[in-house]
Amino acid sequence: MRGINLKKKIIYVDNAATTKISDSCFNAMLPYLKTEYGNPSSIYSIAHTAKFAVENAREEIADALNANPEEIYFTSCATESNNWAIKCAANLLKKEGKTHIITSNFEHPSVLNCCKSLEKEGFKVSYVPVNEEGLINPKDVEKEIKKETALVSIMWVNNEIGTIQPIKKIAEICNEKGVLFHTDAVQAVGHVNISLKNEKINMLSISGHKINAPKGVGILYIKKGTKIKSFLNGGSQEKNLRAGTENVAFIVGLSKALTEKTQNITQKENKIKVLRDFLLNELEKNIEKIRVNGSLEKRVASNLNVSFEGIEGESLLLLLDSCGICASSGSACTSNSLNPSHVLLAIGLPAEIAHGSLRISLNENNTMEEIKEIVNATINSVNKLRKMSPIWN
Amino acid sequence: MAMEYSEKVMEHFMNPKNVGEIKDADGVGEVGNAKCGDIMKMYLKIEDGIIKDVKFKTFGCGSAIATSSMATEMIKNKPIKEAAKLTNKAVVEALHGLPAVKIHCSVLAEQAIKKALLNYCKKFNLNIKETLGENFKEEDCKTC
Repeated sequence: MRGINLKKKIIYVDNAATTKISDSCFNAMLPYLKTEYGNPSSIYSIAHTAKFAVENAREEIADALNANPEEIYFTSCATESNNWAIKCAANLLKKEGKTHIITSNFEHPSVLNCCKSLEKEGFKVSYVPVNEEGLINPKDVEKEIKKETALVSIMWVNNEIGTIQPIKKIAEICNEKGVLFHTDAVQAVGHVNISLKNEKINMLSISGHKINAPKGVGILYIKKGTKIKSFLNGGSQEKNLRAGTENVAFIVGLSKALTEKTQNITQKENKIKVLRDFLLNELEKNIEKIRVNGSLEKRVASNLNVSFEGIEGESLLLLLDSCGICASSGSACTSNSLNPSHVLLAIGLPAEIAHGSLRISLNENNTMEEIKEIVNATINSVNKLRKMSPIWN
Repeated sequence: MAMEYSEKVMEHFMNPKNVGEIKDADGVGEVGNAKCGDIMKMYLKIEDGIIKDVKFKTFGCGSAIATSSMATEMIKNKPIKEAAKLTNKAVVEALHGLPAVKIHCSVLAEQAIKKALLNYCKKFNLNIKETLGENFKEEDCKTC
């Protein structure tokens, strides 16, 4: 097996997969790992410090999202947040005869598989299609709402192609119709302005590790007045709604990272967009038969998803990896399934084109020098693979 | 996924042997389809029952390219009866293993060679059993 060469220079452009913990987040966590390790539910002073830290983090996060602190619940990850929101809200509403859920066909697996699991329990699920630009039409959601509809769950920003969905409009439609609305905002935090007091969103999921906090911590925002059952039973943490001793250090780290990530979003997006546009421009100039997957306009600046005809994505990733570049692909070969990305298929890509996709997800620390290296490495790799390809002339 | 590849797989992926086409090939075999993400095309040059040259073109993942490279190396300069006996297992062993989800790549390599050998027999109107051996089963490459 290949070893990991830690000395090799790394160009990390897979920030939609996970991110590096920021220095300020790391430093903020340290005291709670080393000295302030008390259980927030205990009585002595280091427990008080821990309790205070958790509540302070809740307030900071609420401020950053323009929400109330009592609407912020800490979880172990966004997958848990999505499971909690969808399954527990749906099961509570089932008693009122509401057995229908609406979602889209290009959600993250943690939403899609929750819906599939509810289908097995007797719920009906409508999967709203996305157009070839990777966008959901709010009218398509509206058309599906009926009196049995319990919940609508639509992601704010798609994780593979970065397209921004018209969440405000969809939330308003749901609110008017008296249907709960949940959004998976994992890829939206730090890229679009989120001001929850101005939105009709009932529930919203956030992940720590996508925004420079550690893996293993997440948030479920639950708007005041939204009825939901608890997901994990146990102690009385999180107002009896989410049992389990608080992950104090990670919660503190998350508040630090989220506060930083949600500051000066427009400036940061503009800076990243310069890099992304240069990258795309150079690739389009130097590589024929390349296509951009999803709308470029209604898209977070950090995401670029392109397909190269005649080559397969995993091979491309391996060649880029040999140049120290960390990226990802919607190719089946990078997962354990035989099918390419359901997102790329949902926007109408033929399977053979979806296999040849490359996702680059930037952050504000990437440099123009790195982008130039990515351009060169991608051109060389695509050319090398096309020379080997029986379907490329 | 990628980190599960052996050094040998990476060696053949990074510097694949026998890439290309043979214009006047005596046998050509293509297996797989683009929809599934793997296509292998093998070209054979055969003289006096010996595979004098072999080239491949592959669209596919790292292990598809590595197995194409290794399989072509294993049959080069070998009698065709011996090449006809090449199994996917032997290719996997030569590569010091493949991740479980990638075993199908080695199956494709075996089938591409068999299909090219069959194509050779048909092209020159040769008896399949006499040319490729009693145990050669035509149906082995029908799944391709």
